[in-house]
Amino acid sequence: MVIECKHVWAHISGYLDGTLDPAVLALVQNHLDHCEICSAILDSTRNILILTADNRVFELPLGFSERLHARLEGEIQSLASSQGPGT
Amino acid sequence: MEASSAPRDEARMIASILAGQTQLFHELVRPYERSVFAMAMSFLHNEADAEDAAQEAFLKAFRNLSAFRAEAKFSTWLISITLNEARSRLRGKKTAPTISIDEDPEEPGQFTPAMLRDWREIPSEALERQEVRHLLQEAIAALPDIYRTVFLLRDVDDLSTNEAAQVLNISVASLKVRLHRARMMLQKSLAPTLKQLNPKRRWFQWS
Repeated sequence: MVIECKHVWAHISGYLDGTLDPAVLALVQNHLDHCEICSAILDSTRNILILTADNRVFELPLGFSERLHARLEGEIQSLASSQGPGT
Repeated sequence: MEASSAPRDEARMIASILAGQTQLFHELVRPYERSVFAMAMSFLHNEADAEDAAQEAFLKAFRNLSAFRAEAKFSTWLISITLNEARSRLRGKKTAPTISIDEDPEEPGQFTPAMLRDWREIPSEALERQEVRHLLQEAIAALPDIYRTVFLLRDVDDLSTNEAAQVLNISVASLKVRLHRARMMLQKSLAPTLKQLNPKRRWFQWS
């Protein structure tokens, strides 16, 4: 059995996550082995996922941690002087 | 969601904080600063607003720590607080991209990706360029809310499918469909642009 490109596109995400049913995976893999467009779509999607997962994409603003922990410390101190967290 | 390589007993840390060792809260949240900021940033599109929302989410987590239930992961609970905070700040702004009312977000449907014949991988070093980081941020921000949150939880914060579905209170099947759509939308919007950043050869202009 052979599947068309548009059917392969519907399985790109499952292919990347390794969650395809073995029979579907075999069909998709066979198609990918012979279709350079679908292979390029798969590779570009995988590459985009690698890039977007990189820590540098959403870098914290300079001084973010310091400001956050200073604010948290203020909250911790004010609670300490009264009761406990969440009580 | 990102965590340190050393195993952390977060349940014990939380118990200690609730028992009075409140300073431990700093350590508890340190691994999640970037994830919380990224989630807020993807909604609010502005660093100052995102930082404020992120701080508020951490403060709310501290104030409500006794309401945390151990059957959930702390990271999952924290990101739920962040989502609520970002959404409540966004309410009224009406700047979020929306999806067509004719479009069923749970239907896989037919989606045509960007057709490429000769994709050449963009190396991670390209992220040193602000232009590239900006392109990726903009493409993620341009996704409709329901796809963007799923994408961030699964592919940026690295939550499992079950955890992400739990945060969003949707079924695993819906989550998979939305994730697929989000990834395909990003492929369609980013692949042609990124490809241009990686030319096979550099052309010099002769004056």
